[in-house]
Amino acid sequence: MASPLFVRNEMLPSLPPPARESGVVKWLRENLFSSALNSVLTVLAGLAVLWLASFILPWLAHGVWNASSVAECREKVAASFGPDAAGPCWAVIRLRWNQFLFGLYPQAEYWRPTTAAALLMVSLSPVLYYGLRRAALNITVTMTVLLVLALIGLGTDWLHIAISVAIMLALAAVASVAPKRLLWLTLLFPFIAFFLIWGGPVWTAVGALAGFVIFAGVWFLAQKSVGVVVGAGIALVVASLWWTSLQGTVTGALATALPWGLPYVVSDNIGGFLLAFVIGITAISASLPIGVLLALGRRSDMPLIHSLSVGFIEFFRGVPLITVLFAANFLLLYFLPPRTNFDLILRVIIVVIIFASAYIAEVIRGGLAALPRGQYEAADALGLDYWQAQRLIIMPQALKISIPGIVSSFIGLFKDTTLVALVGLMDPLQGVTKIVRSDNAWKGIYWEPYIFVGGIFFIVCFSMSRYSMYLERKLKTDHR
Amino acid sequence: MSLADPAPKAGFRLSQLIYDTRYRSYTIQVVVLLLLVAVLIWLVNNTIANLAVRGKDINFDFLWSRAGYDIGQTLIPYTNDSTHGRALVIGLLNTLLVAVLASFFATVLGVVVGVLRLSNNWLVARLMTVYVEVFRNIPLLLWIILVFVILGETRPGPKDFKVTPEMTAAGQEPAASMWFWDTVAVTNRGTNIPRPLLEHGIGSFEILGVPINLSVIATILVLIGSVWVNRILLRKATAVQEATGTRPTTWWKSLLILVVPVVALLAAMGLHFEYPELKGFNFQGGILVFHSFTALLVALTLYSATYIAEAVRAGIQAISRGQSEAAHALGLRPGRTMSLVIMPQALRVIIPPLISQYLNITKNTTLGMAISYMDLKGTLGGITLNQTGRELECMLLMMLIYLALSLLISALMNIYNNAVRLKER
Amino acid sequence: MKKSVFLGTVAAATLIAGMASATTLEDVKARGQLLCGSNTGLTGFGAPDASGNWTGLDVDVCRAVAAAVLGDSTKVKFVPLTGETRFTALQSGEVDVLIRNSTWTYSRDTDLKLDFVAVNYYDGQGFMVKKDLGVSSAKELDGATVCIQSGTTTELNLADFFKTNKISYTPVNVADDAEALRQFEAGACDAYTTDASGLAASRAGLSNPQDYVILPEIISKEPLGPAVRHGDSAWGDVVRWSYFTMLIAEEKGITKANVDEIVKAATDDTNYDPEVRRLLGVDGDMGKLMGVDAKWAYNIIKQVGNYGESFEANVGTNTPIGLARGLNALWTQGGLQYAPPLR
Repeated sequence: MASPLFVRNEMLPSLPPPARESGVVKWLRENLFSSALNSVLTVLAGLAVLWLASFILPWLAHGVWNASSVAECREKVAASFGPDAAGPCWAVIRLRWNQFLFGLYPQAEYWRPTTAAALLMVSLSPVLYYGLRRAALNITVTMTVLLVLALIGLGTDWLHIAISVAIMLALAAVASVAPKRLLWLTLLFPFIAFFLIWGGPVWTAVGALAGFVIFAGVWFLAQKSVGVVVGAGIALVVASLWWTSLQGTVTGALATALPWGLPYVVSDNIGGFLLAFVIGITAISASLPIGVLLALGRRSDMPLIHSLSVGFIEFFRGVPLITVLFAANFLLLYFLPPRTNFDLILRVIIVVIIFASAYIAEVIRGGLAALPRGQYEAADALGLDYWQAQRLIIMPQALKISIPGIVSSFIGLFKDTTLVALVGLMDPLQGVTKIVRSDNAWKGIYWEPYIFVGGIFFIVCFSMSRYSMYLERKLKTDHR
Repeated sequence: MSLADPAPKAGFRLSQLIYDTRYRSYTIQVVVLLLLVAVLIWLVNNTIANLAVRGKDINFDFLWSRAGYDIGQTLIPYTNDSTHGRALVIGLLNTLLVAVLASFFATVLGVVVGVLRLSNNWLVARLMTVYVEVFRNIPLLLWIILVFVILGETRPGPKDFKVTPEMTAAGQEPAASMWFWDTVAVTNRGTNIPRPLLEHGIGSFEILGVPINLSVIATILVLIGSVWVNRILLRKATAVQEATGTRPTTWWKSLLILVVPVVALLAAMGLHFEYPELKGFNFQGGILVFHSFTALLVALTLYSATYIAEAVRAGIQAISRGQSEAAHALGLRPGRTMSLVIMPQALRVIIPPLISQYLNITKNTTLGMAISYMDLKGTLGGITLNQTGRELECMLLMMLIYLALSLLISALMNIYNNAVRLKER
Repeated sequence: MKKSVFLGTVAAATLIAGMASATTLEDVKARGQLLCGSNTGLTGFGAPDASGNWTGLDVDVCRAVAAAVLGDSTKVKFVPLTGETRFTALQSGEVDVLIRNSTWTYSRDTDLKLDFVAVNYYDGQGFMVKKDLGVSSAKELDGATVCIQSGTTTELNLADFFKTNKISYTPVNVADDAEALRQFEAGACDAYTTDASGLAASRAGLSNPQDYVILPEIISKEPLGPAVRHGDSAWGDVVRWSYFTMLIAEEKGITKANVDEIVKAATDDTNYDPEVRRLLGVDGDMGKLMGVDAKWAYNIIKQVGNYGESFEANVGTNTPIGLARGLNALWTQGGLQYAPPLR
C-alpha cells in the first residue's frame, strides 16, 4: 500500500536562474547598466567608440598595398571605392620598411644588425632566466628560426645565413650543455654587437675588450691588498693607459698583419629602429652600473661623495633631454681639447647614458630605501664589509624591488630616442619619414609612416611593460 | 685568539690612509676632490683654448642688443626692436603658459580617467585602459606632430569663412563658419578667440620690462577676498551646525559673495570683448592662438594624463578595502565614500608621482621645438643663439633656467607634500 | 652595449688630438676625407637621394674641394646641418667647410668669426604665394601670415621689409624647408619667404607648381657662398681656388668631357693658352703654392665639371627647378661670376 507520505528520493533538476540573473542579460545589467549613472556612461562611451570607428574603419578598409607613388595610391583608392573615398597608402611602408628599420644601412649588410639582435636576445636569456636550461635552449632555438626567416626575408646571401646559423647553433649547443656559460656571451655581447654593426677590423673590438680584461685582472689582483675602491682606481688607470696609448698601435699593427674584419659602415647611415635600439640598449645597460654607483654615492656618509652625487643627479633630472642633446651637439666639443672631433651618434649616446644614469640612480635609491634597516644591520652583524654587504645582501634585494622602475625608465628612454632627430640623427619617427617624403613620389604622405612607427613603438613598449609586470609577480617572494 | 690586544700604539702610519676604515673615507674624499678639481681645470682650460681658437669670449651683452626678429605668439608686448633679453622672457612665458595649462588639464583628465578605470562599468573601464595604454606606449613627439598635422590639414583656411555679397544673394553658405555664436574661429593657422578689453582699466606698470596689469591684479585680489569671506561664512555655518545640529543654508550666500564683487568690478572697469573678424588674409582682432601652442597643449595633456591616471589608480588601490567597506557600513554613498574617505588617504600616495609628472610636463614642453613653438628653446636656444652665435652662453642660460624651474616646482610640491603627510603621533 | 665605442673613440680622439696639426688642410689630408656641412635637403643645392647620394650646386663645390685636396671627389662626408646648427658646427670643427647656401653678411664675417671665401650663387630673398590669393606685389601682403625658416638672414630681412613698408604680418617660424613647404601647401601661411633660388626649387617640388607664383620683389641681397673658420687663411685659399677653378674652366671652355683632350693639346703645344697650361698643371706646379697636388685643377674639372656644367645639371633651365643664369652668368656674359687670374 502506498504510503500517505510523499517522500522524494531523488533530487529535482535545478531550475535555470531567472532570465535577468543569468547569461548575457545579467552580465549587461551588472557590468554596463548597474545604475543610472553607469547607464549614461555606457551610452556615452558606446557613442564615442562608434564615432571614432565611423572615422577610422572606412579609412582602414580602403588600404592600398601596391602602388609606386602617392598619386597612384589615391587613384587606386578612388577607382576601387568611389571618388570621395580616402584610404591609407600602405604601399609606402611595403616599399620603404627596410629604411624604417635600418635607415641607410647598406642593404647587403642587413644580416649584421639582424644577427646582433638575435644574439642580444640569446645573451639576455642568462640574465632573465638565470641559467635555466630549458629557457636558454628555447630562446636560442626560437631566435635561430626567427633569424633564418628574417635573413631570408631580407634577401641575404646563403653564405652569411650559414655563418649566422652556425653561430646560433653553436650557442644552442652551449645552452644545452652548460646554460650558465651563456653569461660569457652576455659579457662579450657589447663588443660583438659593436663589431657587427659598425664593422671595420675585428681588432678594434678586441682591443677595447682587452682593456676591460686588463681592468678586471688588475682590479682582481689589487683589491685583495688595497681594497675595492682603491683597487678599482688603480685598475682604471692601467686600463686607461692601454686604451689611450697602446691600443691604437697594437690594433693597428694587428689590422695590417691580419686584415680580418667586416666592411666599415659609417655612423650616419645607421638609422631607423636600429638607431633607436642601439641608443636605447647602450644607454640602459651602461647607465645601470653608473646608476648603482650614483645611488650608493647619494646614500654615502662621505659628505663630498654625497653632495657630488646629489648635484649630478638633480642637475640631469632637472634639465630636459633636448637641451642635453643640444649641449652634446653644440657644447661638448667646447669642453674637449681643441680640434677633437667625434661622431654625433657617439656624443648623443654618451649624453643619453649620463642622462639615463641620473634617472636609474633615483630608481635604485628608491629600492635601497625600501629595504628594511634590519638587512643592513644583519649584514654588519655577519662581519661583511661594505662592498660584500652591497654585493651579497643589499643590491640583489634592492635591484629586485627596482625592476619595475628600471623597465619603465627603459621604456621612457626608448620613446625618447625619437628626440635625436632634433639634432639631425635619422630616427624612425622624423628622420626616416623626412627621407621618405623627400622622394617626390611620396611627397605629402603623413599618416601612414606615423601609424607604422607608432605601431612598432607601441608593440615594443607595451610588451616590455607587460613583461615587467610578469617579472614583478614572479620575483615577488614576500606575502606568499 | 688572544684577549683584546693592547690599543695600538699612538703614531700614525701612512698605510693607515688605505687600510684603516677610520681614515680611508678621508683618503677617498681627498682623492676624489683632487680628481674633480683636475677635471674641472681640464674642462675650463679646454673651453678657454677653444674660445681662443674661435676668437670668441664669454659675454652676455647680447641680451641687451636688438633682437631683430619677430615672434608670433607673445604674452607681453614685443617687436623686432626689442632686445634678445626680452625675447628670452617671451620664450620663458610661453613655456610657463603651456606647462601650467597642460598640468592643470592633465590633472583633471588624469583623475577622471584614473577613477573611471576602476569603474565597475565594463565598457568604460576597458575604454580607459585602451586610452591609457595607447598613449603611454607611443612617444610624445609623435602625438605632438600628429595633433599639429591634424589641426593644420583638416581645418579650413580663413578664406573659406568669407561671405561675399554674391553668396548672400544666391543664398549660399560659406564653406566654413565660426563656432560659439561667431566668436571663435578655428582655421588651419590657429584659433581666433575673443580678446577681453577694459573700457577704463586701472592701468599698468612695468617691472624689468614685464608689464604688470593692475586691473588683472585688482580682479585677482577681489577674488581672493571673496574666497576668504566665503570661508569665514562656511566656518560659521559649521559652528552653528555643531552647536544646534542643523546646518544653515549657505549656498546662495556663497554664490553671492563669490560672484557679485568680481562682476561688479569688471562691470565698473567696462569689460567687453573684441571679436575676431575676417579682414584681408586673416582674422583680425581677438587673440590668435597658434596651432603649435594648441597641439603642444593637447598632446601634452593627453599624454601626461595617462601617467596621472595611473598614479591615481595606484593611489586608490593602495587604500585597503576595509576603508571603503567601513564607509559603506557607515551608510555613505559611493560618491561620498570616494570624496570623504578614499581620496583624502589616496592623495598621500598620489602626490609624489604627481610632482614628478608636473616636472616632466615642464621639461617636455621643449618638444614643442618639433612644431616650432616659440618657447624658451625656440627664442633663446633657437633664433637668438643662431643670430648671435653665442651658443655657450645661450645653452648655459637655458639649462640654468630649466634647472631653476624644476627645482622650484619640486620645492613647492615638497612643501605641499609635507603638509598632507600622515601626521604620526 | 657600446661602452667600448666610447672608450675606443676617446682613445682615438686623444690620438687625433695629439696628431692634430695647425691647419685644416693637413687635417683633411690626414683624415683622407673632407667633412662638408651641407643642407638637410634643398633640391638642386644640396640634398641626398633615396640611397643617400648627395647632389646639388653646393654639393659640387664640396666635391671640387675634395678633388683638389684628396684627388677624389667622392671622399666627402656630407654633414646635414639645419639653419640653426650650421655655424656652430663649422666653428666647433665638426665640419671643415660650410657650403650650405649661407648668406655672406657683415656680422657673420666679424662677430661669428667666419670667413666667406667666395660667392657661388648670387641670390635675393623673395616671396611665394598661392595664385588664388590674388596678390601681385609683396607690398600687398598686409596682415598676411608668412612662413619663415628659423635662424636665417631671411628672418631679419622679413622683419625689416614689413617695418619699412609699415605693414604688419604674423610670422610662422619653421625649422626647415620641408616643413615650411608642408605648412605652406596646407595653407597654414599665405606666403613663404626664402631665397629666390630656394623658392624656385621648392615650387618645382610642389604637387601643382602652376598654382603658385613667386612675387617680383626681391627684398634683399643674398650672396651665398662657402665659409671656413676665421684665422685659417691657407685653408680658405684652397676652398676659394677650388671654386674659382670651376669658374675659370667655364670661362676657358674646359668641360668634364674635353678636359683630357685639352690637357693633351696643351702638353703638345707650348703656345697653348698659358693660363690653361698653368691651370692644368702642364706648365709649372701651381698646386704646390697651395699645398695640393699639381693636378688639382684637372681633378676638379674631370670629376666635378665646370661651374656652368654644375649649374645646368643641378638648377639650370632643363631641370625641374629651371633657374636662368641671370646674375650668376660669367662676367663675360653680363653676370657677376668673376674669377681672379690664375698666375
